[in-house]
Amino acid sequence: MDLNFTPEEATFRDEVRAFLKAELPGELSDKVLSGHTLSKEDMERWHAILNGRGWLASTWPTEFGGTGWSPVEKHIFEEECCLAGAPRIVPFGLHMLGPVLIRFGSKAQKAHYLPRILDGSDWWCQGYSEPGAGSDLASLRTSAVRDGDHYVINGQKTWTTLGQHANRIFCLVRTSKEGKPQEGISFLLVDLDTPGIEMRPIRLLEGGYEVNEVFFTDVRVPVENLVGEENLGWTIAKFLLTHERTNIAGVGFSVQAFEQLKALATQQRRNGKRLIDNPLFAARLSEVEIDLEAMKITNLRMLADAQKNGRPGPESSMLKIKGTTIRQALNDLARRALGPAAAPFPSEALEGNLAIAPAGHTRNAARYFNNRKLSIFGGSNEIQRNILSKTMLEL
Amino acid sequence: MQFEMSEERRLLADTLNRYLSENYGWETRAATAYDPPYHSPKKWADLAELGIFHALAPEAEGGFGGAGFDVTTVFEALGRALCPEPMLPALMAARLLLAADASIDGLLSGEMRYAVAVGEADAPYGIEGLATEARQEGGTWLLRGRKSVVYGAQAAERILVAAQAGAGLGVFEVKAVDVEVAGYGLIDGGGAGEVLLDDTPATLLIGDADAALQDALDFGALALCAEAVGVLDHMFETTLDYLKTRKQFGRSIGSFQALQHRMVDLKTEIEQARSITILAASRMGTDQQSRSVSMAKNLIGRTVKLTAEEAVQMHGGIAMTWEYPLSHYAKRAVMIDHQLGDTDYHLEQVMAAYRAA
Ligand SMILES: Cc1cc2nc3c(=O)[nH]c(=O)nc-3n(C[C@H](O)[C@H](O)[C@H](O)COP(=O)(O)OP(=O)(O)OC[C@H]3O[C@@H](n4cnc5c(N)ncnc54)[C@H](O)[C@@H]3O)c2cc1C
Repeated sequence: MDLNFTPEEATFRDEVRAFLKAELPGELSDKVLSGHTLSKEDMERWHAILNGRGWLASTWPTEFGGTGWSPVEKHIFEEECCLAGAPRIVPFGLHMLGPVLIRFGSKAQKAHYLPRILDGSDWWCQGYSEPGAGSDLASLRTSAVRDGDHYVINGQKTWTTLGQHANRIFCLVRTSKEGKPQEGISFLLVDLDTPGIEMRPIRLLEGGYEVNEVFFTDVRVPVENLVGEENLGWTIAKFLLTHERTNIAGVGFSVQAFEQLKALATQQRRNGKRLIDNPLFAARLSEVEIDLEAMKITNLRMLADAQKNGRPGPESSMLKIKGTTIRQALNDLARRALGPAAAPFPSEALEGNLAIAPAGHTRNAARYFNNRKLSIFGGSNEIQRNILSKTMLEL
Repeated sequence: MQFEMSEERRLLADTLNRYLSENYGWETRAATAYDPPYHSPKKWADLAELGIFHALAPEAEGGFGGAGFDVTTVFEALGRALCPEPMLPALMAARLLLAADASIDGLLSGEMRYAVAVGEADAPYGIEGLATEARQEGGTWLLRGRKSVVYGAQAAERILVAAQAGAGLGVFEVKAVDVEVAGYGLIDGGGAGEVLLDDTPATLLIGDADAALQDALDFGALALCAEAVGVLDHMFETTLDYLKTRKQFGRSIGSFQALQHRMVDLKTEIEQARSITILAASRMGTDQQSRSVSMAKNLIGRTVKLTAEEAVQMHGGIAMTWEYPLSHYAKRAVMIDHQLGDTDYHLEQVMAAYRAA
């Protein structure tokens, strides 16, 4: 047993650190660490910086312009990025569609779309969920009917994250009503400029805008935009869901959030005493620290397995459940630590002279509410438990 | 043993519930809670006319209530409707004005709006460690300090301020026109403000005010517990309905045992929260008032977090949206733990009795 990185891995980590120190703009990390919404330009700027270094497509093989990293290298990169407050890579093109095209796409699709993901020409969004098809994704009803050399799409997608910045959407659509629901689904690439598409914003509970509804009325899509074979889209959907699970534990986010929280508790005063000296609060903080230390090792153990077997096993669902629970617990404590100062509605006006919460913490309550999503999306934590009891425990 | 509500209180609850459901429905609430002045002066006047404020004060002082159960009756109804009107500061101000033997006529008629400014950035809960100071100059009291997140401050005409006045804490009355109030909206709706006292002229209402302030804080915390019970009931009912109607995998999601057991647990915890609030209400005015209120506020703090998180989780994405009322109930529920002492603060108050023993 050796819990240390190999010398090569340690060298790689130093290289990543040096890169982040030199290249990550302070304006971006400030925004990330204080929970501010990044603009489209912010995200594109960070993508371009990573692309310049050849580190943008961490899940792609080198022949397509990816890094070809091992699971451990990917982990090191992601963790260091989180700790430094780097913007999250927008996953839809890079972590989702890219791997799908590499595995299932035609030569022409790869040649056309992959470079456009890397250089930022295309911003993709994910059209899976529908109002009636959330956990039960296979019940989706948005239909695509063949008409000559086009598909005609009708229906509605929802929860489309960052659709407002996107120019393209990849969709699961129903191309057949025969057989099991899973057997009539296809994977289509759609240009959002096509006539008949309407995108409407959904405001989230804390006031932010990051998801949308997308309506399709007689939208004509060329048949060459089909990925893989007609009616075999479910295979692709499942493949993509395992890729969605990279960095699923979010250990880096939690480590970073923990450090911020500890600093906050040292700074906050409760009736003359530092909050961190309050035994009740300190107990809560310590418990999360213990969970997090264990999580780091659980994550590395599963990474080592993935390294050996070539892909993550079903146990990665445990990482999703525990990882999101820990992140949510940290957000919960960051909100509590502020006391009444957590209550003001986040606004620019409250951040200057009026500073009610300490700098960088004005959005702690908003972040807590927003991050309730972590246990809902990407396969809810209940669905992860169903997967685990079936595949891991064979119950 | 008698757990039925008295006839008078049932009438009070009916009147208030009917008014709120007819006049303060979801659309009105949504249009009122998040924009200045973060409440509705018109609805405020209606509530006064209905006599709701009178329920907060005893008969001898011109009211018709003032007991723990009157307070819980009013605030449970407000919670159920998620009403953003600043009734909490009115209740606390009434307690202080009564302790000062001052007139509460303006408060009862709804013509005078009060805020109560106790907490500060470094002393957010309770009365220990407050730094705001009062000094006398030529017969006038002048206050200096900053009171933080004062509920209803942006809408108040009078602010009752706790400040160090030599020997101990005093309660002072400040006219809103004499002081800078930086108002803002709250993440769960309603408004508050920073009260920036800079040699602000004030009138002394109560000297040696520890007991009066603690009593006002106790009544405030009891009111928040009752409000929470209303919020909890609403969240539970909404979630139960949703579990019966939302279908996935060809069946209602309420048919999944993984969710059924959690709903049963929630119901149990909510009944516990109701019970501890009843207990605290029954002990107002006794020597166990403060400790019982702390017990209630602690258990409420635990229950609101659990219920808000579970209700959202069991709804899925829909409960993450601004459009869906439950999300606002969940925010209010959680933020109740940030007012007048959180779960840990009140646990410490409960624990303090062990140290004394
Ligand atoms: C902020 C946010 C961003 C999102 N971004 C995207 C996106 O970009 N693209 C996209 O396609 N989708 C996206 N989603 C959608 C997300 O994947 C769904 O919300 C998720 O699949 C859950 O579906 P649902 O919301 O319809 O809840 P439902 O499926 O209706 O579930 C409701 C509740 O029932 C539980 N439940 C359901 N079935 C079972 C069962 N068999 N056993 C036990 N419990 C069960 C669920 O766990 C949940 O608690 C996003 C969601 C959110 C909140």
